[in-house]
Amino acid sequence: MRIGSELSRKDGRLKVTGSATYTADTQVPGLHYAVFATSAVASATIEALDTSGAERAPGVVYVMTHHNAPRLRPPAPGFGSMTFLPLQSDQIRYEGQPIALIVADSLERAMHAASLVRPSYAVRPAQMSMLERFGPDADAAVFDTLETVTQGYDEPDTRTGDPDAALGSAPVSLSRRYTMGFRHHNPMEPSATIASWDGDRLTLYDTTQHVWGVRSVVAEALGLAADDVRVVSLFLGGGFGCKGFVWPHEILTALAAREARRPVKLVLTRSQMYAACGYQSATVHDVALGASRDGRLVAVAHDVVYANAVPEAFPEYAAAGTRTVYACPAIATRHRVVKLNTIQPTAMRAPNEGMGNFALESAMDELAYELGMDPLELRLRNYAERDPTTGKPYSSKKLREAYHLGAERFGWSRRAPHPRAVRDGNDLVGYGMATALMTTYRFPSAARVRMRADGSVVVESGTQEIGTGVRTIMPQIAADRLGIDPQHVEIVLGDTTLPEAGGTFGSSSTMGVGSAVADAATKLRLAILRTAIADKASPLYEARLEDLEVHPDGAVTPRGSPTRRDAYAAVVARSGREAIEAEGSWAPGGDVLGTGDYAMYTFGAVFVDVRVEADFGITRVARCVGAYSAGRIINPKTARSQMTGGMIWGIGQALLEQSETDAELGRFVSKNLAGYLVPANADVGALEAYFVDEVDPHASPLGAKGIGELGATGVAAAIANAVYHATGVRVRDLPIRPELLLG
Amino acid sequence: MSAGSDYTGGGNLSPALLTTTSVTPDRRDEGVALSRHDFLAGAASWNARPPAGAGGMGGAGSRPPGTSFHRAEALGPEPARITLTVNGRRHDVIADPRATLLDTLRERIGLTGTKKGCDRGECGACTVHVNGRRILACMTLAVMHTADEITTIEGIAPDGQLHPVQAAFIEHDAFQCGYCTSGQIMSALALLDEIRRGEPSAATDDVTAPAVMLSEPEIRERMSGNLCRCSCYPQIVAAVRQAGDAVAEPSGAG
Ligand code: FES
Ligand code: FES
Repeated sequence: MRIGSELSRKDGRLKVTGSATYTADTQVPGLHYAVFATSAVASATIEALDTSGAERAPGVVYVMTHHNAPRLRPPAPGFGSMTFLPLQSDQIRYEGQPIALIVADSLERAMHAASLVRPSYAVRPAQMSMLERFGPDADAAVFDTLETVTQGYDEPDTRTGDPDAALGSAPVSLSRRYTMGFRHHNPMEPSATIASWDGDRLTLYDTTQHVWGVRSVVAEALGLAADDVRVVSLFLGGGFGCKGFVWPHEILTALAAREARRPVKLVLTRSQMYAACGYQSATVHDVALGASRDGRLVAVAHDVVYANAVPEAFPEYAAAGTRTVYACPAIATRHRVVKLNTIQPTAMRAPNEGMGNFALESAMDELAYELGMDPLELRLRNYAERDPTTGKPYSSKKLREAYHLGAERFGWSRRAPHPRAVRDGNDLVGYGMATALMTTYRFPSAARVRMRADGSVVVESGTQEIGTGVRTIMPQIAADRLGIDPQHVEIVLGDTTLPEAGGTFGSSSTMGVGSAVADAATKLRLAILRTAIADKASPLYEARLEDLEVHPDGAVTPRGSPTRRDAYAAVVARSGREAIEAEGSWAPGGDVLGTGDYAMYTFGAVFVDVRVEADFGITRVARCVGAYSAGRIINPKTARSQMTGGMIWGIGQALLEQSETDAELGRFVSKNLAGYLVPANADVGALEAYFVDEVDPHASPLGAKGIGELGATGVAAAIANAVYHATGVRVRDLPIRPELLLG
Repeated sequence: MSAGSDYTGGGNLSPALLTTTSVTPDRRDEGVALSRHDFLAGAASWNARPPAGAGGMGGAGSRPPGTSFHRAEALGPEPARITLTVNGRRHDVIADPRATLLDTLRERIGLTGTKKGCDRGECGACTVHVNGRRILACMTLAVMHTADEITTIEGIAPDGQLHPVQAAFIEHDAFQCGYCTSGQIMSALALLDEIRRGEPSAATDDVTAPAVMLSEPEIRERMSGNLCRCSCYPQIVAAVRQAGDAVAEPSGAG
């Protein structure tokens, strides 16, 4: 039950009994309730704000508006928070922006008081149109008038070779526009913050994917030392990116608790979540491919337009995957932004590649039909052995094996070559496939591992449990390095009093935190064994370190001498210390992409079988098979759940999800789970996820890479390609709506 | 222009409207073990919630969930002392007449295992049992349940021994973050009872047949009122199926 074993979740019992403590479950004595009143307009100056009704309402102890809120230091421009903070001026920049914060002694009273706030605005026209400007007929020259976001961790534009010339002379070429709508993360747990002050020291219980980010941004905004802020996040009810950045409500709740002189809890409503913690921008992709008649790519060009909030700068590298996925001598990618009146967009599972992959993999499918070639064969023919943009070797890549494994498990060879060839009753049947791909992001992390005198082991790291299985795989990793059964190992996490770890985003925790835990556990093993051989009371006194062997129950013997026996627990007990502990850490070196001499990605091949109901155009994914090349898998059971979960995200992206906007009013209009459709149980067919055997020695000392976002790539394109195969209708705009498939 | 808070309707449609005119009523309403009439009635009471003191809130009395709120001696606007029976224990609480059962369980009684995902009947995270039937605790007021037996996730394994449904959820990895899990499990338990009682669903081929099989389409359909954004649906179906078989066997049913 160590690395590679199918250990059931160690926090399973807590989660199935309702005893896992999520942020809003935290019991704090004297807790008061904060509720926002928010702006119904998107761009305005507040001319008057009547809060008298709210102030007089029963139970209200504090009302904060831009008139009385103490001034905050806005976060510096950059990645991870917003420079614009509500309740600091009379300016409204997005619909849903808080205009008042009510604190009352009960939730019902706070909600009621918030409803009594009466603003009046001088309204300006809001900018909310995005896709409308880039319809199929839009002038390509619009692109050149747009801005570039240069603050980021990657290049907005890249160019190798001469794609324009190569496209001009290519025997076969195509140029297509693909679009995707706005999407919202919609974790089942709405964002929540509880702020509790003890003098000048602040404790924040917070729904965050990065307790350290919250600590530094909140401390900065309130003018506190980082050490005076403690951030706690024990269990997260999902995040998918929307809890990765630090948002205004987290800062404002801390401020309100200080001003109200009481502990305060704020839980965003589902509706408020659509304008409080980011979204995934709608994107427009212009993809051009040039190829020889035998299907070798000679040119790839991918231009992306995405949105940013008016004052902010968030980089979304939707064409990043296009830079590496296929061998080609001429590749160009560009990213431009349109400024909108919204909260800042942010990363959403899967960012970057998760969006651009749909466009490129759809275009590859179109090219395959143009060439009369099997879509899988076209991918294999353009298999990249080195990164085509940088020329670097891949740190590891077993995509070819993944293509073959996936194709075999799926039964791809049964595919009819022509579209609209197979029917099953009233269903049109189609097969589609796509390549999955995700950049590897890694963040420095630290951990401590302690062995107590009763033999129990505690891993401590300031990481977060968001559902990915950190509470399970970190004990597994520690147990593996210590040589014991993981049932003896627990983890304490989600607290800035613990060793600092990276954020739970970018599919990075297994590499960053996992490697730090492995390092600490390896050092702990050594420390305990050294203590034993130096201890006259130990049967192992003066044994050779290299000879020692640890057994799953924690017994230690020299190899081949089972009777000369000591035990981890006994060594700690004799040491007179409560516990023996060791600290470990790991950093990738370099910048966030810090991949040095290697190009570092995870890969996969996704195959789907769709059924399109002929009369109503309703698409169902009957089956989805994914085969992945993603480094060493620590726990196949939890890993498979991540991959199939990602597939369902792909189903949502392809068929259901879109935040509708009203360009006139400047707002998202479908701000609830009835208007914004996420997949439900009955939407999902058979899903299968497989991993090829792989160890990536460069990605992390564990040989592991990240998987959380990879599973959400490739699927939407495979579905769109299968829909074409089923119906002969090429849909280039997500989500695929039934009406697009009729007639 | 009023503030666009959720509670005024300022810039938002009313919760009841959005819920009952949901664009996918077939799947959102399914699995809620109330009749559609009861469901609408419950939603209407939610809609009628603010302002405080409007009256019309139900007093005590024996009734199935979601009904009879019209017959009332007015409660409020001041919070009132009520008694709720939860997991077999009586709790005296001060409840605002506007307080939902969900908020009362969580904020007053301290039973936080029941979760709030949407507060408007769209996600199933708040599923509890009232008199043995599943309901959405966000869609009903606490004061309507003073005569009812309420069961929450905390009440299904009182002696520390996991219920077979809970054990199957762990075995099949039927959750990731775990936030929807209480609601999923409460729905799964109710679903097994509904099947046992032979109650058909939209996935039932022959709604006049006396018995309903615990098939995968039935489970998918009846679990579709419980959203899981971590997207553990196939594992949930497998867990419910296994638990259903385990629960059915000892009693010799079928
Ligand atoms: S919280 Fe009750 S259904 Fe979502
Ligand atoms: S387990 Fe996370 S929402 Fe279901």
